[in-house]
Amino acid sequence: MNDYLVLRVVTKLLMPFILLFALYVQFHGDFGPGGGFQAGVIFASGFILYALIFGVENAESILPDGILRSGMAGGVLLYAGVGIVSLLMGGNFLDYSVLQHDPVHGQHLGISVIEFGVGTTVACVMITVFYTFARWKG
Amino acid sequence: MAVTVVAIVRVRNLFAVAMLGGIYSLLAASMFVALDAVDVAFTEAAVGAGISTVLFLGTLAVTSQQEKLPAHSQIIPLFVCAVTGAALIYGSLDMARFGDPKAPIHHHVAPLYLEESQGATSVPNVVTSVLASYRGYDTLGEVTVIFTAGIGVILLLGSWRRGRRKKEDEEA
Repeated sequence: MNDYLVLRVVTKLLMPFILLFALYVQFHGDFGPGGGFQAGVIFASGFILYALIFGVENAESILPDGILRSGMAGGVLLYAGVGIVSLLMGGNFLDYSVLQHDPVHGQHLGISVIEFGVGTTVACVMITVFYTFARWKG
Repeated sequence: MAVTVVAIVRVRNLFAVAMLGGIYSLLAASMFVALDAVDVAFTEAAVGAGISTVLFLGTLAVTSQQEKLPAHSQIIPLFVCAVTGAALIYGSLDMARFGDPKAPIHHHVAPLYLEESQGATSVPNVVTSVLASYRGYDTLGEVTVIFTAGIGVILLLGSWRRGRRKKEDEEA
């Protein structure tokens, strides 16, 4: 892939902005449009772009399979974990109001945390699916 | 959008079909923006136009680029499509008119969500608060579905299978 100079330079220029935008969508999702799912997909598409241009091997050296697989499970566990924590603190499952003294703050905290869980899982699954397809040879 | 669909059906080169699919998703996303559903448009643009197009291309790289000519007659599939489409259109005749304030969907829990969510969650984006808080169980289920899909792809095409095959080759 050494021939496509323009693509390589443009990808390197765009990568930080794509990832930054993904993080913005993730943590600003409660004020503007977006949320965990969209952020995860944008984050993944940044890495997929990188893997398309520079090859899957280079992308793997940044995000190896082990991290991706633990991220996939970790996001779901984080989400369910918030539910368990709210159970332990005396509320219903996934009832964020008990997470902090002020129910409103509790709701806000709970939503932010589970959105982060959603984002992690979605991003890791999307990158994993792309890796698996790209590596598959008959 | 209709032109894109006709083109997708007619064109036999699958590379072009994948690209047309991306264009269709992008058009659908702009339609969602026009309908004020920015969150959905976001998802459609990122997933439909971005990731799924790339996944189609990745699949094309391991299969062939040309669609095979159908072996059977196309009349039965056409008939099934026509009947299903007619049934769906018949069902949509009973729907409330677009933007009708008397539609049942605007009278069940929606007003409660709109009034309460601001005070109850301090999250200005109602879509986020409904998805994450009022409908927390549903979203947990969705995340689990995505997780399961990822595991399924790993199990079917993943590297652990090739590793085992390599070992078998070495043993043989």
